[in-house]
Amino acid sequence: MSAIRLSVPATARAGEVIELKALIQHEMESGFRRGSRGEIIPRDIITDFECRYNGETVFRASLFPGVAANPFLTFHTVATESGVLEFRWTDQDGETWSETADITVT
Amino acid sequence: MRARVAAAAALLGACGADAPAPERTDLNPADAVSGYTFLTPETQALQDDDFANPGFLWVDQGRALFASTDGVSASCASCHEAPGLAAAAPTHPKIDAASGDLVNLEGRINLCRARYQDAEPLPYESEALLSLTAYVASLSRGAPMSVVVDGAAQASYAMGRDYFFTRRGQLNLACSQCHDDNWGRKLRGDTISQGHGNGFPAYRLEWQGLGSLHRRFQDCDAGVRAAPLDAGSDTYVALELYLAARSEGLAMETPAVRR
Repeated sequence: MSAIRLSVPATARAGEVIELKALIQHEMESGFRRGSRGEIIPRDIITDFECRYNGETVFRASLFPGVAANPFLTFHTVATESGVLEFRWTDQDGETWSETADITVT
Repeated sequence: MRARVAAAAALLGACGADAPAPERTDLNPADAVSGYTFLTPETQALQDDDFANPGFLWVDQGRALFASTDGVSASCASCHEAPGLAAAAPTHPKIDAASGDLVNLEGRINLCRARYQDAEPLPYESEALLSLTAYVASLSRGAPMSVVVDGAAQASYAMGRDYFFTRRGQLNLACSQCHDDNWGRKLRGDTISQGHGNGFPAYRLEWQGLGSLHRRFQDCDAGVRAAPLDAGSDTYVALELYLAARSEGLAMETPAVRR
């Protein structure tokens, strides 16, 4: 289970630039570290992040082994219409986590 | 110049096998400052921002566990109202009246599980126990640390204090030699803190995750090349009590961010 924290303004004016923040709990194991017995700890990272605004992609990012644990992303978009923002993370094995937030645009 | 002489003396002292035991003078309470003081401004900013602070990922999970009935006969929330619990974290470790044992917050949660929730104790340092502890402690943010060290707790306090002032490990260093005698000075690239536990369980950048105060003790013990004790052991709980008394009046910061 991965905890997710989102920061999305509940309301915004049409045309306003809004700040979105997304934090997910994930080890982002780089694959370069060794355990106490010298064995390589297998890589386990989130590779893709995407934010959709009423189904339309407004932000996406590729993540790599150099990204620290519990990746935290801050980005902006323009508030166009009321609806749903969906945040989706995908790991190297295709497992996904997602969370949504509603926004009312006036 | 005087600082340099003192540091050299401390180093010389550390090398001599038959060096005299360090003087056992407790930290002056008026000098006590949180580990927050010694962080870089960037790390302080991370702790100050309740959204960006990754420790809140665990607090959120702890809040969910607190209300959950999964694997327990009754949820924590069925007995405890969150605001009333704000007094819990700053007063632990404390003596459990029923058993007479000294327990810290982790121990208290496991006692509740055994007595009222018909559940197995959660392993120390497990994500579930860390999350619950972090959530409960976060309710006390800003409250001053205040533990009882006399009466039934006196023997444990003495044991914890003894651990703090005893030299150990290949480097033959006592906790006090860094955290009482040399706090505010540099150790490699870091500034030595006073070793207060007021922010734990804390998110350590080195761990890339949340960890307990006992895990931090293990790191310090390993740092002086001594064999770390088990997390949750009586000695570590006693040390936690001594440190809590030493932090008397400092505000709780859980979940803090530390290096």
